[in-house]
Amino acid sequence: MPHSSQREARPLDARQICLRLGAIGAIVLGSGAAFAYVGGWLDPQRLTPDRVVDVLEANSGVHAGYRRNHAKGVCVAGHFESSGAAQALSTAALFAPGNTPVVGRLAVPGGNPYASDSSVPIRSFALRFTSPNGEQWRTGMNSMPVFVVATPQAFYAQQLAARRDPATGKPDPQRMQAFFAAHPETAAFRAWARTARPSASYATESYYALHAFYFIDAQGRRQPVRWRLAPLDASPAPAAAPGHDADYLQADLQRRLAQGPLRWRLLVTLGAPGDPTNDATRQWPADRPTVEAGVVVITRSVSQDEGPCRDVNYDPTVLPRGMAISDDPLLPARSAAYAASYERRTREGPPRDAAASSQPTQPEHVQ
Amino acid sequence: MNPSTQRTPAGFSLPARLLHWLMAIGMIAMLFIGVGMVASVSERHQWLIQIHKPLGLALLALACVRLARRLYGGAPALPVGMPAWQRHAAHASHVLLYALMFAMPLIGWAMVSAGGYPVMAGNWQLPPIAPADAALFAWLRGAHRYLAFLLFAAVLLHLAAALFHGWIRRDGVLRAMTRGR
Repeated sequence: MPHSSQREARPLDARQICLRLGAIGAIVLGSGAAFAYVGGWLDPQRLTPDRVVDVLEANSGVHAGYRRNHAKGVCVAGHFESSGAAQALSTAALFAPGNTPVVGRLAVPGGNPYASDSSVPIRSFALRFTSPNGEQWRTGMNSMPVFVVATPQAFYAQQLAARRDPATGKPDPQRMQAFFAAHPETAAFRAWARTARPSASYATESYYALHAFYFIDAQGRRQPVRWRLAPLDASPAPAAAPGHDADYLQADLQRRLAQGPLRWRLLVTLGAPGDPTNDATRQWPADRPTVEAGVVVITRSVSQDEGPCRDVNYDPTVLPRGMAISDDPLLPARSAAYAASYERRTREGPPRDAAASSQPTQPEHVQ
Repeated sequence: MNPSTQRTPAGFSLPARLLHWLMAIGMIAMLFIGVGMVASVSERHQWLIQIHKPLGLALLALACVRLARRLYGGAPALPVGMPAWQRHAAHASHVLLYALMFAMPLIGWAMVSAGGYPVMAGNWQLPPIAPADAALFAWLRGAHRYLAFLLFAAVLLHLAAALFHGWIRRDGVLRAMTRGR
């Protein structure tokens, strides 16, 4: 090489070659190790989305094709009638007056798609709003005003505490007590759960987003909000009685929808400065102003095995422009764990057991 | 025998080198961001995804420029003293790197489309490039993961080979991409 230097021209001796090969090997191995560390393979203590889903599977079993939590449910469809009242708070297209189609899912918490509807006193409502411009708002709400824990680590610890004792087939009450004792933030949820009874209808429940979010207006102002759905003119349903079969919720839903649409008001509570946005175990003071953004109208239900909600991941961080997530640590954790659950169940293919509802079940405890 | 005296490779032009190093940084960052975000339940998960999507789109655009430059501008010939198997390996690994430069962002984009998600890169909404289909999503999701591992392995091999040329063979191949010639 015409421009080569003296140093390059001098042949390398065996020791130099070994050293240089060693350096190349160290760079390659070090890069590989850094990649493996970032990917969590060398870090067994890290809570990863897969570990969250693994513990759910450990507690409820693997039911191919089903969601790993809130596995039992039914698809619903309808639309959202915006009142225009939230338009000043958020630029999201769906808050302009008019209708936006929704695909939703009413469900029962827990990873067992064959659980009895009375297994927990909680019902959930997930919705996906799709605007004509292609933007989406996905939200997953539950029928209790506070979540049981505030962090993904505490959720994981709770699932570990709830694992079934092989001898009894049920969670060990002492272990659950120890968990609650170590997690005083669960007090508000436990106070609610003491009086909560499984309702005999999805239609009579209120559903709470639990987390705080931000609405962003045309000037870029960020207003902390929490939303909920409150039933509108739903004829009352008694608490579920022992005489009910395991699948009374879906039958009740179909009976009601045969008579006409079901409606919920979408109520948006406005947080004041100082209200916590990062803690789903704490409610905001009751005197905070509330805006009625519109009405969710549900007109039909379809089995979740073939309905339009089946392939929807109700990731609560999928938001249109004009809305943003808060600093609630559960939101990224839900997004990440839902993605892991969605990947597993789509890989397995659609649920194959259409006779799901006829399987005998064992009551699950409140999670 | 000093192989570096047998042939002088023409170096890469400054734009070619800039493209290479810019994409090298972007792709390595992307691989670490990707593997890190799917292994996290913290706020990191959200902000890494916020970087992952627009960066992927930028790398796709750069890959188009780079392929065009490569097709028109070519690359320096390999030193004549190189064993045939190394020449074949060099050629095959470059074909693989170029293929994955395109495949990774396109599969990512198609995967988000097939999952029925709105395709957002930052505040920018892109059209779906695949139908909403759960089985297709699952297939693309697996492809995105395993091709990322393959790409990382190819990048490491490329790095090792470059250092082998630069530190042991000292044949001007590494210098063609660092100093130009």
